[in-house]
Amino acid sequence: MRKARMSPKRRAALSRAIQYGVLVVIAVALGFAADWDRIAKNLFNVDVAKDLLPLIPNAFVNTLTYTAAAFALALVLGIVLALMRLSSVGLYRWLATAYVEFFRGIPAMLVVFSVAFALPIAFNVKIPSLTLKAALALGIVSSAYIAEVLRAGIQAVPKGQIEAARSLGMSQTRAMVTVVLPQAFRIVLPPMTNEIILLTKDSSLVFLMGMAASQFELTKIGRDALNSGTGGLTGLFVVGFAYLCITVPLGILARHLEKRFGEGSRK
Amino acid sequence: MTEQPIVAIRGLHKSYGEREVLKGIDLDVHAGEVVCIIGPSGSGKSTLLRCVNQLETTTSGSINVLGEETTDDDVDIDALRTRVGMVFQQFNLFSNMTVLKNCTVAQRKVLGRSEAEAKEVALKNLEHVGLADRANAHPNQLSGGQQQRVAIARALSMNPDIMLFDEPTSALDPELVGDVLKVMRELAEDGMTMMVVTHEMAFARDVADRVIFMDDGVIVEEGPAAEVINAPTQERTQQFLKRVLDPTHTGE
Repeated sequence: MRKARMSPKRRAALSRAIQYGVLVVIAVALGFAADWDRIAKNLFNVDVAKDLLPLIPNAFVNTLTYTAAAFALALVLGIVLALMRLSSVGLYRWLATAYVEFFRGIPAMLVVFSVAFALPIAFNVKIPSLTLKAALALGIVSSAYIAEVLRAGIQAVPKGQIEAARSLGMSQTRAMVTVVLPQAFRIVLPPMTNEIILLTKDSSLVFLMGMAASQFELTKIGRDALNSGTGGLTGLFVVGFAYLCITVPLGILARHLEKRFGEGSRK
Repeated sequence: MTEQPIVAIRGLHKSYGEREVLKGIDLDVHAGEVVCIIGPSGSGKSTLLRCVNQLETTTSGSINVLGEETTDDDVDIDALRTRVGMVFQQFNLFSNMTVLKNCTVAQRKVLGRSEAEAKEVALKNLEHVGLADRANAHPNQLSGGQQQRVAIARALSMNPDIMLFDEPTSALDPELVGDVLKVMRELAEDGMTMMVVTHEMAFARDVADRVIFMDDGVIVEEGPAAEVINAPTQERTQQFLKRVLDPTHTGE
């Protein structure tokens, strides 16, 4: 019998070594090609970053505030919309579908502008708090996505679960609350985490509504730093890192929750 | 026997759109009776069972369960369902709860029993099906046969007056069927009123008081278990039983 030129095991080992090698070559090439002096001056300018640092905590809190307020509203609206989409009343289903399609389909910026400027014209009302305005605008947009996530999650719970609950004498509502929603919660956790992260970044649109210095959120700080002329993009990189300080822990928390609630579920 | 039957079905019709799956069913089930419903798939036997506790709405006819007219719009169907236990082919244990919680949740929230009482009842029933030691396990940690026995304990924990079984062993590995059938047999011996849709002919012959053979939405033949299974009078029943009991000769 003819001997194979190279055993499959050795071939796999060689393939792995080549893959690592390619990575190292690319990294070294990029390292040589980059202009480190200009990078240090315009992209990661330590002095500019240090000047910016005192502004970050307040902006960080503002970003979190706008996001949290918007998410609270989006969640309530999203639950209502999801239940409307699953309703037996045709008009509710139609309205919820229209809402989702509309607000999912237009740029969030449009809604932010509309809440800030069109609403006062149309209804002659002035919303006093920026946080409220931000929550309204971002919440309206986010609720369209959240409604879909929740609807899919509820529908992903096997029909037999609700039949078993009903056969034990639970009402439709009680079966929903006791059996379906807890299971749907685990199913929607990953896409819901996505929604919160997207919302966190969408809070960068709030500056379009006009704001005082104390109300600046992270992106506004970064843009102002960019426009100030020194340090180039450094400001944007600083706030970019601040966003990661919010979103990465969120991701870790979600994975942890998923694991905890996953215990009792089907594999 | 003059006492009122537990279940009295009269002229029951059920259609899904154009397709009529139940074409006029009349059936009484008396207290303590074990009725097995057999027949080919698509004959309407599961639909019939699901109509009894109104998991399926009926098109016409009447179903009287425990003295209540289930097809009446004013009947409190949730209250009635607490007295009608149901066991499903796919077990349908609540996957977000432990075995014990599966057996207590409806006792607590529907019957309003105290935590302690619900737990006591649940453990007694889990003991009965031989799974008290798995009370804190999650459903996905159990085999199919164990899950189905938990499902039986869950239904029994409501102290029902009648139990409905919808092909309880059809989704099980063959070696796990026996444990479930054993529990059901003990239940029958304890005097529980049972309606069982099944393909287990041996169980039907040995445990049932009465066997119903359904085909194409009607009851073709019914009578004492030994008669219907060992000496069926209708040709369709004979054909069906021949295929089921002697499957290798189907091609003849």
